[in-house]
Amino acid sequence: MILDSRIPDGPIEQKWDNRKRDLKLVNPANKRKHNVIVVGTGLAGASAAASLGEMGYNVQSFCIQDSPRRAHSIAAQGGINAAKNYPNDGDSVWRLFYDTVKGGDYRSREANVHRLAQLSNNIIDQCVAQGVPFARDYGGLLANRSFGGAQVSRTFYARGQTGQQLLLGAYSALMRQVSAGKVDLHPRFEMHDLVMVDGQARGIVGRDLVTGEIQRYVGDAVILATGGYGAVFYLSTNAINSNVTAAWRCHKRGALFANPCYTQIHPTCIPVSGDHQSKLTLMSESLRNDGRVWVPKEKGDRRSPDQIPEDDRDYYLERRYPSFGNLVPRDVASRNAKQVCDEGRGVGSTGLSVYLDFSDAINRMGEDVIRERYGNLFEMYERITGENPYKVPMRIYPAVHYTMGGLWVDYDLMSNVPGLFVLGEANFSDHGANRLGASALMQGLCDGYFVAPYTIGDYIASQDLAPIDTSHEAFDQSEKDVTDTITKLLSIQGKKTVREYHRELGLLMWEYVGMARNETGLAKVLEEIPKLREDFWQNVSVPGRADQFNKNLEMAGRLADFFELGELMARDALDRAESCGGHFREESQTDEGEALRKDDEFSYTAAWEYNGAGQSATLHKEELSFENVKLTQRSYK
Amino acid sequence: MADLTLNLHIWRQEGPGKPGKLVPYKAENVNPDMSFLEMIDVVNEDLILKGEDPIEFDSDCREGICGMCSLVINGVAHGPQHGTATCQLHMRHYRDGDTITIEPWRSSAFPIVKDLVVDRSSFDRIIQAGGFISISTGNAPDANALPVGKVDSDIAMDAAACIGCGACVAACPNASASLFTGAKITQFASLPQGAPERKMRVLRMVDQMDKEGFGNCSNHGECEAVCPKQISISTIALMKREYAKAALTAS
Repeated sequence: MILDSRIPDGPIEQKWDNRKRDLKLVNPANKRKHNVIVVGTGLAGASAAASLGEMGYNVQSFCIQDSPRRAHSIAAQGGINAAKNYPNDGDSVWRLFYDTVKGGDYRSREANVHRLAQLSNNIIDQCVAQGVPFARDYGGLLANRSFGGAQVSRTFYARGQTGQQLLLGAYSALMRQVSAGKVDLHPRFEMHDLVMVDGQARGIVGRDLVTGEIQRYVGDAVILATGGYGAVFYLSTNAINSNVTAAWRCHKRGALFANPCYTQIHPTCIPVSGDHQSKLTLMSESLRNDGRVWVPKEKGDRRSPDQIPEDDRDYYLERRYPSFGNLVPRDVASRNAKQVCDEGRGVGSTGLSVYLDFSDAINRMGEDVIRERYGNLFEMYERITGENPYKVPMRIYPAVHYTMGGLWVDYDLMSNVPGLFVLGEANFSDHGANRLGASALMQGLCDGYFVAPYTIGDYIASQDLAPIDTSHEAFDQSEKDVTDTITKLLSIQGKKTVREYHRELGLLMWEYVGMARNETGLAKVLEEIPKLREDFWQNVSVPGRADQFNKNLEMAGRLADFFELGELMARDALDRAESCGGHFREESQTDEGEALRKDDEFSYTAAWEYNGAGQSATLHKEELSFENVKLTQRSYK
Repeated sequence: MADLTLNLHIWRQEGPGKPGKLVPYKAENVNPDMSFLEMIDVVNEDLILKGEDPIEFDSDCREGICGMCSLVINGVAHGPQHGTATCQLHMRHYRDGDTITIEPWRSSAFPIVKDLVVDRSSFDRIIQAGGFISISTGNAPDANALPVGKVDSDIAMDAAACIGCGACVAACPNASASLFTGAKITQFASLPQGAPERKMRVLRMVDQMDKEGFGNCSNHGECEAVCPKQISISTIALMKREYAKAALTAS
């Protein structure tokens, strides 16, 4: 299989214009004759569905929550990047592009990233026009802050609720199209299969989560905007319902899964408190702008933080990375936290956390300024831990947060399956091996508002799409497969709950495919996961019936896919015997213990092809070429 | 703090329109660091292993922002902690031996799906009626072309913080959706971008709220008291003023 990324010709600044010049258009009068299926209503899905509706297409929009407004994009706190250069600090499209490629540790596609940087400014314009209440200064103009490793202030924000406000903007645009009759909403619906006809993606089959009815929908193109797969680790900052099922079922129908091992571990999360824990809560890394990270210098120092004098504290990020200090990228901050905890210098009852201390910032600027900047985050912290961070340093620890890998897409955001487009976190496209802070929101909205609506038109205009409906035999087969799986899950009637299995899988993933990976561990987990999966299919207990609201049945189906995905992640991590971004192979590090890339061997995107249950996947490589950015060893010293 | 044993009374209902009742359960070995929903997770694990149907409830982000969780706890929407959604309520606020009654949102505009799960699509329809600014993708001027004073911008943000959970409806003796609707109207009425559709928006959204079967606001203030995002009841006053002005001047 040859992976054609279809990157347009020309200098990088002109590639997107060149592509748009060549795109075929659908006649305005014909758009209403075309149905587009959009699965997911987060930033990417809602913005795509709304924009396609505005253009005149008929859109079917699906989400698993009870309302499109609740998609997990809503939980993003910190902000959204754009190259506006409003603060006049030397930012530019080029710099945002460069920082993103570098931040991704040179494992992303230059052309995609440059387009993202170019379109970033349009996103801010669009959102402000929708009434998104970004932070402003007293002159009434938009405020910016520096965020997660950037040396310019290019992050727009709405208190600590930027994701919520951007999503509600996209949701309101979507609701406008619903009232205009251009979008049909299908909340509480889970996609279970992609329907292929003549090699093209032509529909979906899924389950109405209220009635349990299996339903079929036909379209001329299918957009997947179903988010990331961090919940494979059980504990993560993802929502309880976040899952990989839609993407994985597409993978099983032929879509390649790219770079599954690239997982982002976020450095600033509230530490785990016990076995009952169902999820981890992120504290926005904007906190690192004013908070200082430290642990005691001596291991086993159990004094309370206010009893530890300055001389006995190790502000290890400031010490090791004098120029970036507490603002080093996420992967570096996470690995350093793990390292000091592994040395026995971690704090809190479990020893698995580090301090994030605001006392200097409060002394310098006053509590009111800190409250204005982070008030809601401080409140959230206190609610969960019962500690007041204005008085006592926060305790933080890394947690799985974002997955850079996803379904492989070309420059047009179309997978190798014709007619299947993949947007936002669900694709692999823009963040390489590590995503910079405030870039996920940018990518989701860029894909949904400004890329896919154009490229889908080109696809539809250039295809011969057979006139079919949901009575086509491909739908029959798909529905049978879906029903069989559900029946099987309910019939096992074993002794262990879905949650127990999920927790066990999560522990395996965190231990062997987490912050640091090595060959022995990966080989071991590749034996352990299939064993656990087989046990699951023999011994899981799924209560209730198929024809009713049944949360455990939903979870069981998702976990079945996580088992298969987990195995692929380990396989990908084993294949990539280098360290890059969020993927740290212990065998590949510099003398100083930093991630060591091996560009000669691994400068490629790993795109995996599914070969059937229990069979190993086939690796296809898309070689990455860097014509505009010079590859360097990342250094934040 | 030692583990707790709690006596739960939980609303069980097979489906929409079916009879429901409070059923007693015992929650044992409850760790005070658990969240309220994690406590129910643990009860459910026991039920599954005993071959009983687990208690269905909605939750997603479990960090207080998606608005999915929706429990009335001892008669109070989202429970006893001020400004907190159910998912961020923790068990350290309870004592060993406490009795806790857990019910769904109750309103004819929020029909029960199963147990503690309700259908809140009426909220989506209120937004569809006018909770947007009509700006199609690609039409926007430069983001800084139109300055917005910080005070107005902050009022808009305070109102926009609404998570659409519906606690305001659950708490209101009239099951009014005025706080939800007022918050969205206040957000857009405070911003210049919202001006062109200002009158039409309030008329349509209030009309839709009535059509969905939500009651009127009679200033009880229960909504503000339970709102996890502490949306101010002043948004309702603003909505009423906006409505009066729009109704009087509409041609």
